[in-house]
Amino acid sequence: MFTFTMRRLLLAIPTLLFIALVIFLLLELSPGDPMADMPLTIPPEVRQQMRLALGLGEAWYVRFYSWLYLFSVVEPSHVMANMTGLEWLRVEGPRIISFQTRSPVADIVAQRLPQTLWVVGLSYIFGILLAVPIGIYSAYRQYSWFDQAGTFVSMVGFSLPTFFTGPLLMLIFSIWLGWFPIIYDTTLVVDSFYDFGLQLRQMAMPVFVLTLYNAAQITRFMRASMLDNMTQDYVRTARAKGMTEKVVVLVHVLRNSLIPVVTVIALGIPTVFTGAIITEQVFRVNGLGALLITAIYASDIPMVLTLSVVFAILIVLFNLIADILYAVLDPRIRYD
Amino acid sequence: MKRKIALFGAAAALALMPLAAQAQRGSSGHLNIIYWQAPSILNPFLSGGTKDVESSSIVLEPMARYDQDGMLVPYLAESIPTVENGGVSADLMSITWTLREGLLWSDGTPVTSADVAFTAEYCMHPEGGCAQAARFADVESVEVVDARTVTVHYSVPKPVPYGPFVSAQSPIIQRAQFENCTGTRAPECTEANFYPIGTGAFRVVDFRPNDVISFEANPNYRDPALPHFATLTFKGGGDAASAGRAVMETGEMDYAWNLQLAPDVIATMQQGGRGTTVSAFGTLVERIEVNMTDPSADLPPETRSTRAAPHPIFSDIRVREALSRAIDRGLLTEIGYGPAGRPACNIVPNPPVFASEANENCQTQDMDRARALLDEAGWTVGADGIRVNAEGRRLVIDYQTSTNAVRQDFQALIQQWWREIGIEANLRNVNASVFFGGDPGSPDTFQKFYADVEMYANNFAGTDPEQYLGAWRCGLEPRPESQWQGENINRFCDPAYDALHLQLAQTADINERGAIARQLNDILVQNFVVIPLVDRGRVDAHATTLGGVVLNVWDSGLWNIADWHRVQ
Repeated sequence: MFTFTMRRLLLAIPTLLFIALVIFLLLELSPGDPMADMPLTIPPEVRQQMRLALGLGEAWYVRFYSWLYLFSVVEPSHVMANMTGLEWLRVEGPRIISFQTRSPVADIVAQRLPQTLWVVGLSYIFGILLAVPIGIYSAYRQYSWFDQAGTFVSMVGFSLPTFFTGPLLMLIFSIWLGWFPIIYDTTLVVDSFYDFGLQLRQMAMPVFVLTLYNAAQITRFMRASMLDNMTQDYVRTARAKGMTEKVVVLVHVLRNSLIPVVTVIALGIPTVFTGAIITEQVFRVNGLGALLITAIYASDIPMVLTLSVVFAILIVLFNLIADILYAVLDPRIRYD
Repeated sequence: MKRKIALFGAAAALALMPLAAQAQRGSSGHLNIIYWQAPSILNPFLSGGTKDVESSSIVLEPMARYDQDGMLVPYLAESIPTVENGGVSADLMSITWTLREGLLWSDGTPVTSADVAFTAEYCMHPEGGCAQAARFADVESVEVVDARTVTVHYSVPKPVPYGPFVSAQSPIIQRAQFENCTGTRAPECTEANFYPIGTGAFRVVDFRPNDVISFEANPNYRDPALPHFATLTFKGGGDAASAGRAVMETGEMDYAWNLQLAPDVIATMQQGGRGTTVSAFGTLVERIEVNMTDPSADLPPETRSTRAAPHPIFSDIRVREALSRAIDRGLLTEIGYGPAGRPACNIVPNPPVFASEANENCQTQDMDRARALLDEAGWTVGADGIRVNAEGRRLVIDYQTSTNAVRQDFQALIQQWWREIGIEANLRNVNASVFFGGDPGSPDTFQKFYADVEMYANNFAGTDPEQYLGAWRCGLEPRPESQWQGENINRFCDPAYDALHLQLAQTADINERGAIARQLNDILVQNFVVIPLVDRGRVDAHATTLGGVVLNVWDSGLWNIADWHRVQ
């Protein structure tokens, strides 16, 4: 297992380098200009000066190399220093600067991460907590009204895009009923029960929209996996041995059915970090998803590149974790 | 009788109360502003985007601003320098600004002429990439006369010397804060760019890029009774529709910027009853630009859409005029902009002194005239209704614009009208960040103009159109040698126009300037090089409980935020 993990980790390095290069070249080839949203009253020669000041005058390989150096050496040193409080860890000098804000990309990411973890993370947890019991019961009582209703809800959650459910909820709960605000206040500091209430109210709609989507996905996996196991011989054996239904379903079937579901959940964790681009935009939650989309619109190449590569790292990492979990949970699987 | 007096007294006291209550800084409490484009930086010299310029205008102030009528009003300056009061030299080569007495930065240190001179040095640094460098064009030096006086020396006579230190685009920054931030070091000064020290009514407490800014009243603001609001939250992001909703329907926000929405959508929102819209007209004109050169893909890249290849169809003015005559500008305005638009026949629609009245006949659609013009030009209607000329060439043109719901509606309508007179238009729309981005490698930018006509909006900053009208001079067209950069999008070239523009640059009298600018406008419009469509205003919304809003399109919309107050 250890050699497997090490081999995979080492293999990840060229993979990630390749991903970074591809993303960089894609951004390089894609049309778009960081000066595009400047008013037309700014004359072309001034725009050209501004582009040069952003470092766009250098050849692409020079820019890629300097980004790679900053990303793999300078930025980690700042992250480490901030986390440990050890100032000597910092590598002095220039950092990865966003075109839009002219400030270090890592600082903005650190500022945005909590909102994404709270809203998207919470909805992921809620999604799992809802999906697992619904999936179990739907499979146990296959084709019952509960199963039919669950299937219907998960189909709705699966097929309705969040840019439809988001404004719909806003219309009902904010404009007609006036229960929840439509603008997410990121400056809110929770230090009393009243503020906690405000925080719950402003998180309610985005969390609900995402929970519906996450739960819909995971319910289907859970149900399918349970159904696969329900007809297995060992279930019949368990019943024949006189075990109660509770033990049969919740101990024998559930444990085996959870193996693929856990890997699906682990593979989904990077999406918590990548944020929910559309939902964050609709509800004005200033998380990483909203950050990425505004950066793409503004052709903020350093920001898009850094975020995409961070997401790529997370995806590679959680793929590995899912593989390891699979082996841990299922003794039949051995990598060595 | 006594009772009556008492009642009157009470009534008078009640009537006076709001005024009395407002006579104190911060008495109106908290203000919420929403801009659906979020500010990225609070330094207008590093970003020319409207969102960044307007949000930083809350903190940073210039010597003088334009008011809602486009007139200059002194802010940090004692008065507006003119030739009459001796502030502008008789040879128009220099302008002398004097700071008000006793001005303080929000950190309590005095504002001096050294700060003003430093601001010029900061923006004029060759490696700084200053977005407002054009405002400092032809500045030779900025001389510190005494602690409150600076003189800007120009290398050429400047009839309008109000470029540097005027309007929200060119405010004064603090030397002590930005001293180590000039040139290539400008982007490293995150702290200074996010938390600039200013003289404005508010100071920054918390800045979250592309999200939200918190402000509080500046304790050192020059008027001890202002601003009325103690704190201010400036939220950014989302879309125009939900911003309008937050003000007019849910009442969460007090002020929303630039509601580019369909007229009926705004009307529905107003029924929410919590807010009202305000609109004002500036110089923004939606127009169709006609390509005077041949964009045909058969040409080699060196000559395609350059003056080496004149346009095969549009070189005839009658065809260009037919394009314009077939358009019903009134209907376009009604569908696309409602109260936020006016049919436009000029490319300089405002201020009144520069607005020509010679082109009003464009207001009415005249299909018969358009058809007659095409007949005259030798284009006869073919079998499918599309006109053909003697050489058998069909009258088919490419019509491009940026992706935007209103623009696509306009394209569809105009395509229909042109078809009625026998012109086939192939429509294209390009993502705005590509269309307006100056990437020389992309074939889809508006500068490259690989189409016969294209539609977008343009305006000029401030109130003087000299620089704007200068764009149509010979030699300024985008071309391969200039990496497709240039302002003369139509590739128009007329020596008489250039001579007239030179005359404008040498004239100081405002009425004479007006006359020349109107002539320049008429040359372009009557040659049908530019086809103006709609004069676009700006629509903002404010809560019914917010008073003091005076929408200003000549400067920052937040120019008088110190006077904003709560009304019951």
